[in-house]
Amino acid sequence: MSISEQARAELAELAGRYPVARSALLPMLHLVQSEEGYVSPEGIAACAETLGLSTAEVAAVSTFYTMYKRRPAGKHHVGVCTNTLCALLGGDAVWEAVRERAGADHDEVSPDGLFDLERIECQAACTHAPVMTVDWEFFDRTTPAQAVEVLDRLAAGEEVRSTRGPVVRGFRAAERTISGIDDDGLAGDGPNADDLMLATLHAAAERGVGPADGGPAAPSAAVEGRPQA
Amino acid sequence: MTLTPVLTAHWDEADSHTIGGYRRHGGYEQVARGFELGPDALIQMVKDSGLRGRGGAGFPTGMKWGFVPQGDGKPHYLVVNADESEPGACKDIPLMLANPHALVEGCILTSYAIRANWAFIYVRGEVPHVHRRLRAAVREAYAAGYLGRNIMGSGFDLELVVHAGAGAYICGEETALLDSLEGRRGQPRLKPPFPAVAGLYASPTVVNNVETIANVPYIVRNGAEWLTQWGTEKSPGFKLMSVSGHVRRPGVYEVALGTTMRQLLEYAGGMRHGGEPKFWLPGGSSVPMLTAEHLDLPLTYEDMAAAGTMLGTATPMVFDDTVSVVKAITRWLDFYKHESCGKCTPCREGTGWIAGTLHRFEAGQGTEAELGMLEELCAQIMGRSFCALGDAAATPFPAALTHFRSEWLAATHTPADQAFDPVAATVLAAGATR
Repeated sequence: MSISEQARAELAELAGRYPVARSALLPMLHLVQSEEGYVSPEGIAACAETLGLSTAEVAAVSTFYTMYKRRPAGKHHVGVCTNTLCALLGGDAVWEAVRERAGADHDEVSPDGLFDLERIECQAACTHAPVMTVDWEFFDRTTPAQAVEVLDRLAAGEEVRSTRGPVVRGFRAAERTISGIDDDGLAGDGPNADDLMLATLHAAAERGVGPADGGPAAPSAAVEGRPQA
Repeated sequence: MTLTPVLTAHWDEADSHTIGGYRRHGGYEQVARGFELGPDALIQMVKDSGLRGRGGAGFPTGMKWGFVPQGDGKPHYLVVNADESEPGACKDIPLMLANPHALVEGCILTSYAIRANWAFIYVRGEVPHVHRRLRAAVREAYAAGYLGRNIMGSGFDLELVVHAGAGAYICGEETALLDSLEGRRGQPRLKPPFPAVAGLYASPTVVNNVETIANVPYIVRNGAEWLTQWGTEKSPGFKLMSVSGHVRRPGVYEVALGTTMRQLLEYAGGMRHGGEPKFWLPGGSSVPMLTAEHLDLPLTYEDMAAAGTMLGTATPMVFDDTVSVVKAITRWLDFYKHESCGKCTPCREGTGWIAGTLHRFEAGQGTEAELGMLEELCAQIMGRSFCALGDAAATPFPAALTHFRSEWLAATHTPADQAFDPVAATVLAAGATR
């Protein structure tokens, strides 16, 4: 495929956000993935042209990072954390179930092109183990059965909502968000904080401990959803 | 009481991630106060508070800021390390989801103190929802006049850029992060020179962890003394401690430094089946494991060091007796092998050799002689690479051998999955709480 004029303008816009343009290369490669579905030769050339680098220099960077795909990605990226803690708490079983459902293995796309599978490393959600991600949105505390259900629903074209974020929209849309080129309008989606993130406040409420931040307390009318002691 | 809801104090309000929610509790009031104090007084205040870096190494924050040469005519930079990827650590991601403005206000105060006009928050790529919340917070801060040109009439300019990584654990290492932020492969640099002298674009740069910077507005609001009411002389303050594993209520617990693992376990509802942990790691997979005999040690930098481990990110992973130590260690070494950047031979080659040997133990095919070989391998890697990833890879096995030698000997004849039913360790198992 060829990179559109609009995409070239967006690549240049990202490059313009830094004191040294080359700093934008990683976000630019995310944007290439959203346009092309992977880091295509044309995308590498467009980045090189924008930054005044050789294509070899850009390719050398893109191959260092695991998020950049070297072949066309599936519609949805599906990651299962199989680092120690997630793996032991059920991630290995979730991975086996996902692999069987999708009919693909690590770094492979399912035959129907829907699912791009990856055994991922720690996702910084160990409190929520075992963790699956779809298009890099969290699916926390997932069981094998729940994981398969998520894939089934995606295959049926249904809306599937992350446990701590928005409805998943596909690999390309996620890559556009990550590139930071524009606002997808979804920052308010999902819970402000889920139950496990509120562990401090739950434990504090049980013990009668109040805020320790030294700031003004909120008028009670402004407070919603404060957990009960 | 050791629970200290500061950074987490208002996460139960539906809008704590927005500027409205943040300002309701005094957010952004410290920007003006910081401008009143002036840069040098801010650096001194953070020095006096004793705040230590929350990213794992625990370096005194004010001292790090003080290393930036002043009046050198070069641009200065603040780079926030938001590449949270250490197995076990999950505290910066929740913080950026629920209280991103504390980080933004901290960036303003810190940049002003070190006289930087550009700040970057390097967020790992794999968390789009964090990017959304953080970018929204930055947009709100620009719109409110806390970022940009001549902030609040002070004459101080600051551009704050939220940057995306792309999947590389090594970029949590500060010099690899800087190379990555320059649009290169994320490989560590030899130190010295340290980033405070030659960092981003070879200019003086402060690299601090998310939680460290988020502490700053609260210190400015309440004073240096305020922070020292918690913790010890060498480890003052409070800490976000994510507790994960076989506990009834895993989660993010914000507590005073010096809290014990036993106290944290009580907050977390105890072990899922009762009893005590088989082993636990106080600060990520890169620190030596501890056992039930260490539950009453204060979680401070100095007490963990005295016990032969490290506080690290202070994000305990807790495992019960359903877990095979051999399997756990093998999987961590797979991780280090995968994430070694390949720059230094001992780490690049050594992680592969350790992982390969460990896989034989996991399959019940290790030999007693290989235990000695593994110890030798780890000793050969330790201290012989540019950055701490090599050291980290050499850390899990020796401690696991010290505490569980009989289990390693059993792994010379019995596969880990036979000695320990993998289903029993899952939270899907009977009796598990979900």
